Amino acid sequence: MKTKVALTGNEAVAQAMKQINPDVVAAYPITPQTEIVQIFSSFVANGEVDTEFVAVESEHSAMSAAIGAAAGGARAMTATSSQGLALMFEVVYIAASLRLPIVFPVVNRALSGPINIHCDHSDAMGLRDSGVIQLFSENAQEAYDNMIQAVRIAEHPDVRLPVMVNMDGFITSHAMDVLEVIDDETVKNFVGTYVPEDYLLDAQNPISMGNFDMYDFYFEHKRQQVEAMKAAKEVIKEVGKEFAKISGREYGLIESYKLDDADVALVVLNSAAGTAKGVADELRAKGIKAGVLKPRVYRPFPQEEIREALKGVKAVAVLDRAETFSTCGGPMFADIRNTLYDLKNDIKVVNYIYGLGGRDLRLEHVQQVFEDLENIRKTGRVDETVKYLGLRE
Amino acid sequence: MATLKELSKVEERFVGGHRLCAGCGHGITVRMILNAAEGSNVVVGCATGCLEVASTIYPYTAWKCSFIHNAFENAGATISGVEAAYKALKKKGKVNGDFKFIAFGGDGGTYDIGLQSLSGAMERGHNIVYVCLDNEAYMNTGIQRSSATPTGADTTTSPAGKVIPGKQQPRKDLTAIMAAHNIPYVAQTAINNWQDVHKKAKKALEVEGPAFINVLSPCPRGWRYNTPDIVEITKLAVETRFWPLFEVENGKWKLNYKPKKYVPIEEFLKPQGRFRHLFKPGNEHLIKAIQEEVDSRWLALLERCGETPELPPR
Ligand SMILES: Cc1ncc(C[n+]2csc(CCOP(=O)(O)OP(=O)(O)O)c2C)c(N)n1
Ligand code: SF4
Ligand SMILES: [Mg+2]
Repeated sequence: MKTKVALTGNEAVAQAMKQINPDVVAAYPITPQTEIVQIFSSFVANGEVDTEFVAVESEHSAMSAAIGAAAGGARAMTATSSQGLALMFEVVYIAASLRLPIVFPVVNRALSGPINIHCDHSDAMGLRDSGVIQLFSENAQEAYDNMIQAVRIAEHPDVRLPVMVNMDGFITSHAMDVLEVIDDETVKNFVGTYVPEDYLLDAQNPISMGNFDMYDFYFEHKRQQVEAMKAAKEVIKEVGKEFAKISGREYGLIESYKLDDADVALVVLNSAAGTAKGVADELRAKGIKAGVLKPRVYRPFPQEEIREALKGVKAVAVLDRAETFSTCGGPMFADIRNTLYDLKNDIKVVNYIYGLGGRDLRLEHVQQVFEDLENIRKTGRVDETVKYLGLRE
Repeated sequence: MATLKELSKVEERFVGGHRLCAGCGHGITVRMILNAAEGSNVVVGCATGCLEVASTIYPYTAWKCSFIHNAFENAGATISGVEAAYKALKKKGKVNGDFKFIAFGGDGGTYDIGLQSLSGAMERGHNIVYVCLDNEAYMNTGIQRSSATPTGADTTTSPAGKVIPGKQQPRKDLTAIMAAHNIPYVAQTAINNWQDVHKKAKKALEVEGPAFINVLSPCPRGWRYNTPDIVEITKLAVETRFWPLFEVENGKWKLNYKPKKYVPIEEFLKPQGRFRHLFKPGNEHLIKAIQEEVDSRWLALLERCGETPELPPR
């Protein structure tokens, strides 16, 4: 059974967590994620979930306790944003290397300094190389859907990795949206019960976890993580297909929007994809063949799918909501350009940094990007590879 | 109270093959603590440090019970997560048998970088025992000072130099800080007195809620005493009142051992290379200051324990 409801992104994620009913949640408040822990605490206080809620004293401890709980054999979760994720940095890597299926929403917010509470993706990008799976969500519906699928992806025997579910701070987390929620029983059956493989609380089979790993094994263990990431691509697609059966919404690694015959395309994560799709529609009406590619999965990186989706376009703009300070563009730009390199068909790829610290991405900005792409397509010339949108220079 | 003979028959959960230095206090402490958990399943949490690095070199392990090392500063949070998992899974009938949860951290992992994580775990009231293996410095990284390092000690980051004679600050009183958490059980013990360690470990494991034990766990390498003398050196720490044995049960402070006579601090300092510079002519005032610190802390402790605040007879 499906019901249409009006919820904010945070409420939608908390609702998903309630339906998943994890064994342990350890979390700490931070804007704009705070509502998730607050709402979830009230579920615990009102007996609406069976969860042991650990109100830790920091995000480092939140992830550390989630690691302890997951290693103990429990289905464990946490949630955070920005500084909280930065504080967790050390232990997120450990969660991944211990192959613990911890699902954690991250409500994307700019990293300090200067301190700022609004949306950008610098928090998530800081952990893109940590070995966790990263899903991105355009709106509350996708955040809700991603949370439910994340449990199945994380716990799949071929994967066993943490999954970070991203959504845009305030834009998605605090805006009221209409979405379809699935009934409790269907979600419960979909996520199933967690069956850990080796775990601390197995009285018959004690185990040592987190051992000291030297040059004779560390490398192989890292390689195994890569294999798990590779396997995750298939698993994410399978889970997406199964999810379609209970929701009517199918998910893959990327969303291709009007790319089949596109000349110019934009690549963008999370909520800005909505804006981009709207502008592409307008341009299509004017005869410009515009399309949008929205990676739903950023780690593992869906290189083949993206290459396939973009192989026919002439010019691509990658929109990054994070800086790398490499002076060569944003994080996703490097990935996309790398992806298209092997095609050897001279697709022009340019980069726009936008929205840092919550700066609005306006329709005019996106229109300008498409206009630039059209010029590049016509002239075959790129004047500036990396530009900034909506910035006072 | 079990006899030593009986205890020797308890199945060891921390076994040979680990690579702690010969005569390291950590191995002795861990075995004593785990012995007291006889009859229960145990999950051990461990902070980064000599114990973890020496006992879990992949693909080997010296632990016969379940063991988890996460990072340096989060043994408190990690073990509280395991305990929360236990509560959740026990309710659902998914765990066989009863479990005890013991975390081990060095003084660095406990007094310093892990203090917040430990404090949080204690305040939240998890049913766990946290044991600090206090060897008074960061030994695993090569003997750097910690807030547990005693005044005057020569470490690699508080070296005894031409103008600064070793560590300048007094030790942090972590055991008192833990007592201030108003948890059911806090104790300070030392391995020269196995009965004391055993009794305290048993109490800590039996109370409902969090317990903390601070164990003086000598490191022959960092302290630079004659390795086989570990029991003697620990005994001197207790007899000189440098490391008093006490416990705080439900807020009530109790002294567990009162030396019969006044043993000057020199007796503890002298056999150790880390204090050698203090015995150079002209440095008498430094030892005097250390003695004063020991005496004033002792008197304050006696008062807390409801004893007459007086020094032992000379
Ligand atoms: C966050 C972090 N900082 C520093 C280190 C390096 N480090 C590992 S063990 C250690 C010292 C351990 O000292 P202590 O806790 O006293 O244990 P001991 O080795 O003395 O038993 C240090 C500094 C680390 N592993 N992690
Ligand atoms: S350096 Fe010290 S603490 Fe570390 S193993 Fe050797 S004796 Fe033990
Ligand atoms: Mg130490």
